[in-house]
Amino acid sequence: MATLHTVNKSPFERNSLDTCLSLCNNSGSILLIEDAVVGALRNTSVSERLVKAIESGVKIFALGEDLKARGLPEDRVIEKITLVDYTGFVKLATENDRVQSWL
Amino acid sequence: MAEIKSFVYINRKAPHGTIYALESLEVVLIGAAFDQQVKLIFMDDGVYQLTKNQDPEGIGMKNFSKTYAALGDYDITEIYIDQESLEQRGLSIDDLQELVYEDEDDDWKEKSSMRLVSREQLASVIDSADVLLNF
Amino acid sequence: MPLEVNGTTYETDEEGYLANLSDWSPEIAGALALADDSELADGHWEVINFLREYYEEYQIAPAVRVLTKAIGKRLGKDKGNSKYLYELFPYGPAKQACKYAGLPKPTGCV
Repeated sequence: MATLHTVNKSPFERNSLDTCLSLCNNSGSILLIEDAVVGALRNTSVSERLVKAIESGVKIFALGEDLKARGLPEDRVIEKITLVDYTGFVKLATENDRVQSWL
Repeated sequence: MAEIKSFVYINRKAPHGTIYALESLEVVLIGAAFDQQVKLIFMDDGVYQLTKNQDPEGIGMKNFSKTYAALGDYDITEIYIDQESLEQRGLSIDDLQELVYEDEDDDWKEKSSMRLVSREQLASVIDSADVLLNF
Repeated sequence: MPLEVNGTTYETDEEGYLANLSDWSPEIAGALALADDSELADGHWEVINFLREYYEEYQIAPAVRVLTKAIGKRLGKDKGNSKYLYELFPYGPAKQACKYAGLPKPTGCV
């Protein structure tokens, strides 16, 4: 029974990504949207935490349109984070049994 | 003629996810019409407001990042960027758009408005303000 | 109050500003001016075209002070002053010229 977690706040400003990471088990997926996409880049003070989660089995995604909006280049996103578009967002929501939004 | 006051705007939020960045920019532009001295600080997630190549069409937002380039026309020539905030976010000054102004007192020579500063230097910019505005 | 030009109707706001930027054409500019009982000459077009370029580049209509300075730089000192600009656009250069240029009312406009 898998859960999709969405996070929409910057991890540098709020703790919702940390809360999400602590409550997401390794069958779960996390999708970074809106301001949360800033956490998807390499070499930031949160990237290590995301890499650790990915290594433990959590699948992490980021919404490409939100990266593009903020001028954040795709080639600087952590390698194991998968980029999706809005269609991919919908697909993730339907593939999982439920969606938890960490607002 | 009223005395000229120093206004310092502190911008700490990422653009597009909330309305703060755009609201701040609009207040700055309106305020600049009143012949006051205006300085801008970009720190914490506010540094994302100045990233190059923003393209928010896909999320249905207006690309107001282009408007920062007009700040020089509004005589805003002091824009402070917090070095520490950039580093925490894996960014460098090269990831930000270069903002310039034309110096009226120096044959309209184009000069950079960007000042990459430490927390200590920021503290003194804040301490020099008559009015602080937070977004 | 909708604006009719060559049989097509365009939406405007209560002050007569064009609702959709993309609707704009020189004919519409002429019709907007006519609605204010004015007619556009070369001097007006210089300002209107400048405003459209400025908006395209910066996504804003400049404040009147900025407009005056920029026009002076581009078209010469004899045009970059408020007397000249107010003669062209007596309802306020930024406000009236922006209207004919199909742009939103300038931020903090005069």
